[in-house]
Amino acid sequence: MGLIRLAILVTSLGLLPTAVAGDDPVAITIASTTSTENSGLLDAILPRFTARTGFGARVVAVGTGQAIRLARRGDADVLFVHDRASEERFVSDGFGVERYDVMYNDYVVVGPASDPARIRGLSSVEEALRTIAATRSPFVSRGDDSGTHKAELRLWKAAGVNPKPASGSWYRETGQGQGATLNVASGMGAYMFVDRGTWISFKNRGDLELLVEGDPMLFNQYGVVLVNPEKHPHVQAEAGQAFVDWVLSPEGQDAIGAFRVEGQALFVPNARPGKPEPATPGR
Amino acid sequence: MQSLADAFRAAFGLVVGLDPDLLAIVGLSLWVSGTSLVLASLIGLPAGAALALTRFPGRRLVIVLVNALMGLPPVVVGLLVYLVLSRAGPLGGLGWLFTPKAMIVAQWLLITPIVMALSRQVVEDLWAEYAEQLASLGASPLRAIPTLLWDGRYSLFTTVLAGFGRAVGEVGAVIVVGGNIAHATRVMTTAIALETSKGDLPLALGLGFVLLGVAVAVNAAAALVREIGARQEGQSWRS
Repeated sequence: MGLIRLAILVTSLGLLPTAVAGDDPVAITIASTTSTENSGLLDAILPRFTARTGFGARVVAVGTGQAIRLARRGDADVLFVHDRASEERFVSDGFGVERYDVMYNDYVVVGPASDPARIRGLSSVEEALRTIAATRSPFVSRGDDSGTHKAELRLWKAAGVNPKPASGSWYRETGQGQGATLNVASGMGAYMFVDRGTWISFKNRGDLELLVEGDPMLFNQYGVVLVNPEKHPHVQAEAGQAFVDWVLSPEGQDAIGAFRVEGQALFVPNARPGKPEPATPGR
Repeated sequence: MQSLADAFRAAFGLVVGLDPDLLAIVGLSLWVSGTSLVLASLIGLPAGAALALTRFPGRRLVIVLVNALMGLPPVVVGLLVYLVLSRAGPLGGLGWLFTPKAMIVAQWLLITPIVMALSRQVVEDLWAEYAEQLASLGASPLRAIPTLLWDGRYSLFTTVLAGFGRAVGEVGAVIVVGGNIAHATRVMTTAIALETSKGDLPLALGLGFVLLGVAVAVNAAAALVREIGARQEGQSWRS
């Protein structure tokens, strides 16, 4: 009876969590980034969205590049990422309805406490990057086409340094998310470009320290876009629009501003006023 | 060493606290991997036995292929299933992407070759042992399949457990097709990947210990079932 019993055992074990496996009746899928998910922001604000509108929300957290590709294929209802140029292209290509500013945070440069390139306290991130390159100090890049990676590449360009030829020597591309890359930086005592939210909530810092911050070039804007239902008819447009409206409304903006990790605000809401109130209040 | 101690403490806290999120994650892991295992066994066991007992041109090539497929990288399986189940893909209309169904499909594809390849070996060895006897009873190889599967059930047990181990421990496929969505598609391995990326290494490792504990419990339960079965039949252990 062995196999049959095993089958029964496995099946009965499997029957337990059917409630977990079941799908919510109306839940939107938000393609977002590791920075919003890993910092805990979405966990903190989504319950308030659900309480207000009655719609559930599920988050697929990947890099901005991958999130946009998911949304292009129609595998998400809402895009919530941070690379303005790609978001606008997403809309102009017809995949998104309209893009709105939601909030911003900023990037910082972290590195080993010993600071071999001596960049601590520099006010110019370009100068910091030039110094890192000139001293050939280890620098870890995401290398994964994410919003953070694209922002990093823009800064290298602005600094007049092309790090690509150094790939594999002092410039190391992990091809992974922000947290995994921070683990690498912390393990090898390397410099890294990271968003402040991820940095503050990251626990395995080792001897990494925040070295450069405050340069206006480090500004990081987040945007929200409803995936175009004309392009992908199955998109849950009503629920998706309700999320866009809510996150831009005073209530959504307050929820973002009130989010704290270890006493620090990670994101600053900056939706332009005059956006509509949540479409379905008290639903 | 400090972080290992922290990891044990985290694992202990999770288990003792019976954290409802953790229970849901463990439950979903067992559901996804268990279901894919049942489906993989339904196909892999008979197919493996048939491959063991039949002779046809290209059979060796099929065996090499099936054996090679045991080494399929989970993330490749994940990508294939993603492309097929994506809204823009051929089966996008099902709406299975980012649900446990997609995860079951991916793991099913991943472990069917394992169940098939290992059961082929088991049945082939048994056939070598019993060929004469079965032939003298007039049983053709194909008709002998149920008998041989039944006779080899204790060895096949280990085969099936190998498939389960592969499924419950893999992260590459389920994170691509499931999306690691909290309270929907988050399983043990993707939760571990998430905590690692948050830099919470003790919690990640603690979850790893819980996963190990679940695997031990499943295998112990299977061994118990097998022992009871053997005792009821008054049979000696065969594998």
